[in-house]
Amino acid sequence: MSFQPVKFYQTGTFTVGNRLLPPEERSVQASAKRFNSINSGHRACQGCGEALGARYAIDAAMEATDGQVIAANATGCLEVFSTPYPETSWQIPWIHSLFGNTAAVATGIAAALKVKGLSQNPKTRVVAQGGDGGTTDIGFGCLSGMFERNDDVLYICYDNGGYMNTGVQRSSATPPAARTATTMAVGPEPGNVFGQGKFVPAIAMAHNIPYVATATVADLRDLEAKVRRAMEFRGARYIHILVPCPLGWGTPSQDTIKMARLAKETGIFPVFEAEHGEIKSVLAIRRPLPVEDYLRPQKRYAHLFGKTPALATIAHIQELADRNIRKYGLQARKEGH
Amino acid sequence: MDKPFAITLDPGSSLANRTGSWRTFRPEYLDRLPPCNAACPAGENIQGWLFHAESGDYEKAWQSLVENNPLPAIMGRVCYHPCEGGCNRQHVDSAVGINSVERFLGDEARKQGWKFAPPAASTGKRVLVVGSGPAGLSAAYHLTRLGHQAVIYEAAPLAGGMMRFGIPKYRLPREVLDAEIKRLTDFGVELHLQTKVADVLQAMKDGFDAVFLGVGAHIAKRAYIPAGDANKVLDAVAVLRGMEGHDAPMLGRKVVVYGGGNTAIDVARTARRLGAEEAIIVYRRTRDKMPAHDFEVEEALQEGISIKWLSTIKEAGESDIMVEKMALDDKGFPQPTGEFERIEADSVVLALGQDADLSLLENVPGLVVEGGLIQVDAGMMTGHPGVFAGGDMAGSERTVTVAVGHGKKAARAIDAWLRGEVYAPPPKPEIATIERMNSWYYSDAPKTMRPVLDIIRRQSTFEEVLGGLDESNALFEARRCMSCGNCFECDNCYGVCPDNAVIKLGPGKRFRFNYDYCKGCGICAAECPCGAIRMVAEEN
Amino acid sequence: MLKQTEGSRAVAEAVAMCRPEVICAYPISPQTHIVEALGEMVKDGTLSPCEFINVESEFAAMSVAIGSAAAGARSYTATASQGLLFMAEAVYNASGLGLPIVMTVANRAIGAPINIWNDHSDALSQRDSGWLQLFAETNQEALDLHIQAFRLAEELSLPVMVCMDGFILTHAYERVDMPTQAQVDAYLPKYVPRQVLDPGEPVSIGAMVGPEAFMEVRYLAHAKQMEALELIPSYAAEFKSVFGRDSGGLTHTYRTEDAETIIVAMGSVLGTIKDVIDEMREEGHKIGVLGITLFRPFPLARVRESLQGAKRVVVLEKSMAVGLGGILSTNVRMALSGLHMHGYTVIAGLGGRAITKKSLHGLFRQAGQDALEPLTFLDLDWNMVNKQLEREKAHRRSGPVAENLLRDVGVVAARNY
Ligand SMILES: Cc1cc2nc3c(=O)[nH]c(=O)nc-3n(C[C@H](O)[C@H](O)[C@H](O)COP(=O)(O)OP(=O)(O)OC[C@H]3O[C@@H](n4cnc5c(N)ncnc54)[C@H](O)[C@@H]3O)c2cc1C
Ligand SMILES: Cc1ncc(C[n+]2csc(CCOP(=O)(O)OP(=O)(O)O)c2C)c(N)n1
Ligand code: SF4
Ligand code: SF4
Ligand code: SF4
Ligand SMILES: [Mg+2]
Repeated sequence: MSFQPVKFYQTGTFTVGNRLLPPEERSVQASAKRFNSINSGHRACQGCGEALGARYAIDAAMEATDGQVIAANATGCLEVFSTPYPETSWQIPWIHSLFGNTAAVATGIAAALKVKGLSQNPKTRVVAQGGDGGTTDIGFGCLSGMFERNDDVLYICYDNGGYMNTGVQRSSATPPAARTATTMAVGPEPGNVFGQGKFVPAIAMAHNIPYVATATVADLRDLEAKVRRAMEFRGARYIHILVPCPLGWGTPSQDTIKMARLAKETGIFPVFEAEHGEIKSVLAIRRPLPVEDYLRPQKRYAHLFGKTPALATIAHIQELADRNIRKYGLQARKEGH
Repeated sequence: MDKPFAITLDPGSSLANRTGSWRTFRPEYLDRLPPCNAACPAGENIQGWLFHAESGDYEKAWQSLVENNPLPAIMGRVCYHPCEGGCNRQHVDSAVGINSVERFLGDEARKQGWKFAPPAASTGKRVLVVGSGPAGLSAAYHLTRLGHQAVIYEAAPLAGGMMRFGIPKYRLPREVLDAEIKRLTDFGVELHLQTKVADVLQAMKDGFDAVFLGVGAHIAKRAYIPAGDANKVLDAVAVLRGMEGHDAPMLGRKVVVYGGGNTAIDVARTARRLGAEEAIIVYRRTRDKMPAHDFEVEEALQEGISIKWLSTIKEAGESDIMVEKMALDDKGFPQPTGEFERIEADSVVLALGQDADLSLLENVPGLVVEGGLIQVDAGMMTGHPGVFAGGDMAGSERTVTVAVGHGKKAARAIDAWLRGEVYAPPPKPEIATIERMNSWYYSDAPKTMRPVLDIIRRQSTFEEVLGGLDESNALFEARRCMSCGNCFECDNCYGVCPDNAVIKLGPGKRFRFNYDYCKGCGICAAECPCGAIRMVAEEN
Repeated sequence: MLKQTEGSRAVAEAVAMCRPEVICAYPISPQTHIVEALGEMVKDGTLSPCEFINVESEFAAMSVAIGSAAAGARSYTATASQGLLFMAEAVYNASGLGLPIVMTVANRAIGAPINIWNDHSDALSQRDSGWLQLFAETNQEALDLHIQAFRLAEELSLPVMVCMDGFILTHAYERVDMPTQAQVDAYLPKYVPRQVLDPGEPVSIGAMVGPEAFMEVRYLAHAKQMEALELIPSYAAEFKSVFGRDSGGLTHTYRTEDAETIIVAMGSVLGTIKDVIDEMREEGHKIGVLGITLFRPFPLARVRESLQGAKRVVVLEKSMAVGLGGILSTNVRMALSGLHMHGYTVIAGLGGRAITKKSLHGLFRQAGQDALEPLTFLDLDWNMVNKQLEREKAHRRSGPVAENLLRDVGVVAARNY
């Protein structure tokens, strides 16, 4: 377990805060003095999971480093909505270079800090961040290079399952059957095809880097614990955060967290952490649900639920979720108290 | 730093961009009515007092509780806790043990000697309260809180009404009852025992500005049963009242109780404790039709009491009775079958309900009595101005809790009436139903069971059957409360807003929306565990 | 200190004396020897503190440099040819962000057909990238220009590309005068970044700029580059006072005072040209040469001033704008606008084709008689070209050009290339 569940049943361990907990045990986001690394006034869509995930993650990194974080950011929604001239939402030192080079830019920053002795005292740390397109596709070479060299960078991928900033096209993180602008819901196999795509956390693990984790915006405490844990290591670290996109997924803006929760609870998105290539813990499913519960609310899967539901496709997706559950041991277990 | 034009920007400058203008819906904080509170006949703010108990501030919790109900230690034992029936937690695992926490607080108050907060400044008004049952005690308490002098006239030698002369000791130890009554008299309630009111308008002439009647319903209903002289046919109220005297009633080895309410159960269980080898309840309908609560039936069965369903007593002989089998017709009413059976019985106790003795009201003009119940308005006032009534005499639902609620409501109405006003209860907010909540955030935590006295002692002594919670249990149980409809400062809204548009005001001060930046996405409302946020369409 | 050494080694040592703090390395001929030498110096501790990073691509090399420069470290990398194109997106980005990175480009042709030999196509493909571009004539100048490049880059907060001819310079053993560390330290102040990623003073670098300000940003980049035209001569003068030799500057002229024919060229070919000029001067030809050291910003005024007295200008360049003609010559023509003189573009030495004195003699004589085609390809094998052109006329799909040509010259087994 990446974090200690707290036995306050009124709020369990799942809320952001908990007035019954001593302040030091509360989440970073619960604090009135949290950094708000990304400030109000950004131009993300209503209910953007990426805006939320970025604040969760970067605030946690800021907390873990006493405010000594420098971030490099790939092109994508996060960059575009946070820094349109003449205003930026970032309250931390931040640089955007290109779409596909963020890991390398971060390597450069880390190298500069090291050579100047700044990575030691005060401990300035580097975070790279990008969307799934910027990470799993165009930035993959630089990412793998950064991993392989074990550069002292925490790379965070905000996975919203597609190239959202350019109008929702398919990326290698787009799930099968999902409709995007380049995998339309037409033809004999509507939506994104099965048997393609890649799961970068597993590839990151194959680099044997010190720390790899997945998280979602639905489990804040888990996410924060993972960022904190990541900051305990030197070297390359990777956190892959599922951040639902109301626009791209076709979900109501208020359901962003709910969708992330459903992705985890159905087994669609395995939440785990690994150290040096070995899985150390998983976030077990609490209330098992069929994938249909996750798919149905999303317009990108609307073609599965037409007049004649695409039962075989849904079953196929269920198989993939079941495989995740088996592979990562996500089965629900009894909650102790 | 000499920043390059346009490509390098000052931190956090996006505050200049007021994204609040994007909004079509706005979030608003509100307090919804928790279903427990809505279900509490005494109108307790359960969620409110549990809130304090959760943080371990039991005295504050108790103080908050007694704002509505002065008898927590009693309630924590005898209340049938409809609140728990309403509790949303049953949709998650099981209802919060509200009643057990209430009892814990009541007992803690006795132990610690907590006192009521001082009453409001004296108004100089005197109000007569007839009867010291829960209705009367509650009315007197609330009147006192409001600054009026409450004076109770009680016919019996001891206060408490049915709580003393009905409810058996094994469910309500008398020291508990005594302590809570004493706290009321310490608070300023004037109690005159053995003071029967025969004519209420006459009694009011002792300088009272208004009167509250809480005389209960003490006249046992009878059923005609042909009986030989030798056989003992008794009524339940008399038997139970007898328990408070010096000599316990003589019921014999085999006792038959006739009826299906709580009183029947209590009498049967009392008989067992008095040494009856057999206590049989005869009831004309089936178990699911029985008015007694399931848990009471269960406890009785555990104690060896047997129940004859679908049976009526046809006649009572010297040492036995004749019972006729019944069958339910298609409307669910029992109909005689002509099948008979004899059962050995040394005594038969009738527990068929009680009627109110309304003789003290005979010459009060304007009163309306229907079905044996005095009719009152929304403020518990009878047809005669200044005469209020509540409890068993005024309601068909006869419980201690309803009586307490009546007393409170009447006190507030009397207070208004004394000022020449009409009491208008504050509008009730919408109920925080489970659909309005997000139960994901509550982790599994099954209800804590109260310890139960071992079965042998339950059959032979009048020791209290159900134990109380200890501190850690009580805390656990309190924390199971989901705070339905009322912000419990979980920080979710503050945390989940992608636009940092929620301002945290600090402990106990809750939150405020920053409408300059709130885009109206609704995540805060969707993720508020307890449903304390609603989305409202913007005007334009 | 005079020293016989390889060009790459000389440059590496000069770069090391500039105390770079981050070096990104990715192999591509003919630049490899430079970063190899630097890597060794970092590894054995002679160059310290410095982070030497073996990146996975040139794109990463430039990106790492972007990161390190933005975090306030003096940053260096080297590349050539395909490598420069592979990093192109980041090349533009570095200048757009105003990061004073210094990069050596060991000039090499661009494929296909893949070719490792020298010409200027690579560097000139990036002429509009916003980088300053310096071209070295000799190894001595190459090492001197690197020292000046850091000074210039950091003063202007713009990246600088130092171009030196692949193999011809990089792999040539020549005698160079190595400066001392003290001299370099005296010339090159510590790097004080114009903007830096610093938690103590957070800024957002790399904002998205829309139509409302983009033109202005672009203009400012131009204006900034133009400042270099003032700075460079003064830095060259200062350089001379510290190191005691002429190096750098905007352009170099050689025997142009009374020249009727002026050749314009960049890089190492200037040496050969000067030899030919000397010989032709002996014969009484009024000929001289203008060497362009600073290609970006292009010193229009200086070039005009240097050429306006001539009757004809021959731009001899190792690059080509396919479909147009010359690149350097187009730039030179801009400097000459309104002047009436003959102008010739000579494309020469592409992909390492030797530029011989003999050919130049012929070329310059023809030019002197104004008998040159406006666009001339020096030593082009017309026989080979014409055959292929005929073939292509006959068959629409006549196979890969390069292989056909090889077959024509008798190099068969081309399939296994
Ligand atoms: C056996 C039994 C068990 C019960 N168990 C429960 C239980 O577990 N939980 C629960 O919620 N409810 C229970 N009830 C019901 C509950 O006790 C009554 O609903 C409640 O006590 C009614 O309160 P009250 O104030 O209206 O009347 P009472 O409690 O009946 O009090 C009326 C008082 O008025 C006095 N009085 C009457 N006439 C006069 C007069 N003329 N002058 C002066 N004084 C007068 C009486 O002496 C009495 O003290 C039980 C009832 C019985 C009989
Ligand atoms: C080299 C390059 N190719 C393409 C683009 C266009 N582009 C900009 S953002 C973007 C999509 C980003 O997708 P992702 O990384 O998943 O981030 P998201 O917007 O979904 O958060 C694309 C394709 C670009 N800016 N640069
Ligand atoms: S398109 Fe999606 S990821 Fe982009 S800002 Fe909107 S919600 Fe966020
Ligand atoms: S989300 Fe939590 S803090 Fe916000 S209103 Fe609801 S209960 Fe209160
Ligand atoms: S989550 Fe934030 S932006 Fe969304 S409705 Fe609530 S306060 Fe407004
Ligand atoms: Mg994406």
